[in-house]
Amino acid sequence: MSSEVTNPFETNDQERRGKKIELAVKYSTLAMTWLLIIPVLAIIIFLVYKAWPALSVEFLLDNPEKKMTAGGIWGPLIGTFFLVLVSLIIAAPIGILAGVYLNEFARDNWLTRFINLAVVNLAGVPSIVHGLFGLGAFVYFLGMDRCLLAASCTVAVMTLPVIITSTKEALASVPMSFRVACWNMGATKWQTIRTIVLPNSISGILTGVILQVARAAGETAPILFTGAMISSRIADSGWDAMVPYGLEDRFMALSYHLYIISTQWQNVPESFKFGTAAVMIGLVIAVNSLSIGFRIYLRARKKW
Amino acid sequence: MPETTPDSGSGFSLRRSIQKVVDFSEPAIVGLIHLCGWSAIIFVMAIFYFVFSESLPAITGLEEGLDHAEVEKLDMVEFTTSPKWIPESAKRPTFGILALMIGTLSVTVLSMIIAVPLGLGAAVYVSEFARGRSREILKVLIELLAAIPSVVWGFIGLVVLNPMLVDVTGEPVGLNILNAGIVLALMSVPIIVSVSEDALRAVPDSFREAGIALGANRWEMVYKVLFPAAKNGLLAAVLLGIGRGIGETMAVLMCTGHSVNMPTSVFDPVRTLTATIAAELGEAVRGDMHYHTLFLIGVVLFVFAFIINLTADLIVKGIKVQGNE
Amino acid sequence: MDYQVEFRDVSVSYGKDVALKNINLQIPKNEIFGIIGPANAGKTTFLKAINRTLEFIHSAKTKGEILFDGKNVQQIRNVYGLRRKVGVVFPLPVGLPMSIYENVAYAPRRSGIHDKQDLEEIVVRCLKQAMLWDEVKDRLDMLGTKLSGGQQQRLTIARALSHSPDVLCLDEFSIAIDPVTTMKIEDVLADLKDEMTIILVTNLVQQARRLADQTAFFNKSELIEVGPTEKIFTTPDNQLTYDYVTGDFG
Repeated sequence: MSSEVTNPFETNDQERRGKKIELAVKYSTLAMTWLLIIPVLAIIIFLVYKAWPALSVEFLLDNPEKKMTAGGIWGPLIGTFFLVLVSLIIAAPIGILAGVYLNEFARDNWLTRFINLAVVNLAGVPSIVHGLFGLGAFVYFLGMDRCLLAASCTVAVMTLPVIITSTKEALASVPMSFRVACWNMGATKWQTIRTIVLPNSISGILTGVILQVARAAGETAPILFTGAMISSRIADSGWDAMVPYGLEDRFMALSYHLYIISTQWQNVPESFKFGTAAVMIGLVIAVNSLSIGFRIYLRARKKW
Repeated sequence: MPETTPDSGSGFSLRRSIQKVVDFSEPAIVGLIHLCGWSAIIFVMAIFYFVFSESLPAITGLEEGLDHAEVEKLDMVEFTTSPKWIPESAKRPTFGILALMIGTLSVTVLSMIIAVPLGLGAAVYVSEFARGRSREILKVLIELLAAIPSVVWGFIGLVVLNPMLVDVTGEPVGLNILNAGIVLALMSVPIIVSVSEDALRAVPDSFREAGIALGANRWEMVYKVLFPAAKNGLLAAVLLGIGRGIGETMAVLMCTGHSVNMPTSVFDPVRTLTATIAAELGEAVRGDMHYHTLFLIGVVLFVFAFIINLTADLIVKGIKVQGNE
Repeated sequence: MDYQVEFRDVSVSYGKDVALKNINLQIPKNEIFGIIGPANAGKTTFLKAINRTLEFIHSAKTKGEILFDGKNVQQIRNVYGLRRKVGVVFPLPVGLPMSIYENVAYAPRRSGIHDKQDLEEIVVRCLKQAMLWDEVKDRLDMLGTKLSGGQQQRLTIARALSHSPDVLCLDEFSIAIDPVTTMKIEDVLADLKDEMTIILVTNLVQQARRLADQTAFFNKSELIEVGPTEKIFTTPDNQLTYDYVTGDFG
């Protein structure tokens, strides 16, 4: 420090250089962030642009015809809907109760550590291995054969860990003091959970479950061998078109449909392939926006 | 059991009756909750059991069809060291997964080379520089990457990236390690970003304040204070990204070119473990050596994923324990 | 003599940490019983042992006998009934995330009261007793969590009274509320004495002196001294007690 410095707040060279480095880092990390986002936005726009000629209400509501060269994607669309619905009916209760167990009942012991480890590992099992499991366990061992139920069970097991984790987080956000207050008033553990804990976390739980729906809807590998089929004749209108598959029927699904028309089948119009991909992305974005909207709504009406 | 007190109201009340049923079913519900709580363990063990038991005949030996009655076993040395995967050969089927492992490895490594720097950079920006609304929007957009289904990623690699790579590199076909690596990188970035961001955020603000008080600028703080403190979390993020890469199926099936090959450059097509199962199990006859071997590949994948997730989990737990002290 | 609560050689430990050491104590009926002592003396554990909410702390181990109305609490099969006979108010106010009305009606509902009129009667009585009625009578459907801290604490007291307990335990209830409200509640407690036994754990020694009939001094998990309040505050047997009540402690 020389005595000439009169203003103690004046920046020196080193500080100025530091400032420059900081700005450089800020903008380079920002550039990296956009490097991830821009291609995706570009791809989505490109997909929609290419799909535009095919996109119409009829494309959504008509069944595929003439080896997928005409018609629409109603069959796969409704198949995916039922796949998600059935798998959710199976996975949501088990996953939510498991989350309740881990957050409300489990003690800090080896069993709990073991369960948490199992949840982490279940989430990390490759999707194709889930498919093998579904084939071995549901299709062959339980004798379900390849059908909607077997595929739904497989997808249910796959979505379970995320439902458990998000339930656990939602429950943990309810303050402990609420529980203590209820216990002191003579409420049983389950009464406390039912009257205080669940009502105040159910929206958080649902947000997690909704997000999981989007993932489940997009999965292909687990349903490859457990029930998805390339093409099945289903009704074009009426009740049979609304509920075209029974639990023991094989079914079409959007993800499998896209895989087949883009790799296996010739002569499928390009706009059909792009249309199917665009519809899938559209669904994903819709579900994600829904859960984000839900989150914002929740934050706005937080009760404590 | 809840106490039964005399009801003050008189007559039938649906609500009260429901209440009674609900109260008295407590033990049943608590039992059910415990059972569901253990379900994760049950399912992990069931997955291993069923996949392993379907692969077992390949290891212990199985009686081949009508033409020859002798017991046939999978040659484990060949299985692990041979680059030849010729399951449907009429003369002599060969089941070597070396090339498939190399395929999986090459695609995963390339994707990590792309994804780790980008993911870390994005995580640093989101956790240290971005503020308020822009931060929320960036996070949502990055989450969107994770939400796009893998078959759509595969489709993008097939119809968008493929012609672009042909134009840029001059290779005749654009379905290769590079294509799959890029697609896989974009797919695994969100998990790297979110786990790294958690790790960076877990560093107490007092560290940051201390860094700034010492006159460090933001970058020095990130580089000298945050990275060392969040080291384990970042490592876990990379591990989870690798796990994602190894397990990914549809995208690599559609983007790698799907040919059994010991690659020499990133422009070579390869085939991965996961894609092999996805492509061939549909045609393999149940009870066949081919069929059981595909399940054995499943066991290999399961074990890989198990080790990676276990390690990542232990690393993350390690951070939490440190943080509590 | 009939004791409401009696501790016979009770020890409580959390894993390796001892929270209460060989406590022997009798609390007579319809009396305000003051408990004073520095932090970590085991005062809160003492309260939790009475209504067996210690069971929710997995590491907690209890030895000895705690008698409630002459019955060993460990042997009471209906633990929820026991807890309804004990009302507890904690240091920090807890408004449950439901309407003010539902906050107070919660415990009566759990014990099977569903008649609208009965519930309303209980809610009004308890809110009045807790000196909260005048402030909230026009907005009973407002969320309990949106009340101010002092109001929430009185709501907590109203809730503790809602199941007509035999014993009301207050754990440093005045920490989060203003002195005027504190004085109001102290008046309420003096009135409630006719209906129930009150155990008053307090960090304000003068509060114990104003209200309590008997006072016990806890220090480091041990019961140092117990006796009539006047004696404890003027001529205690133990030097520690004297230091504490005169402010020389530490």
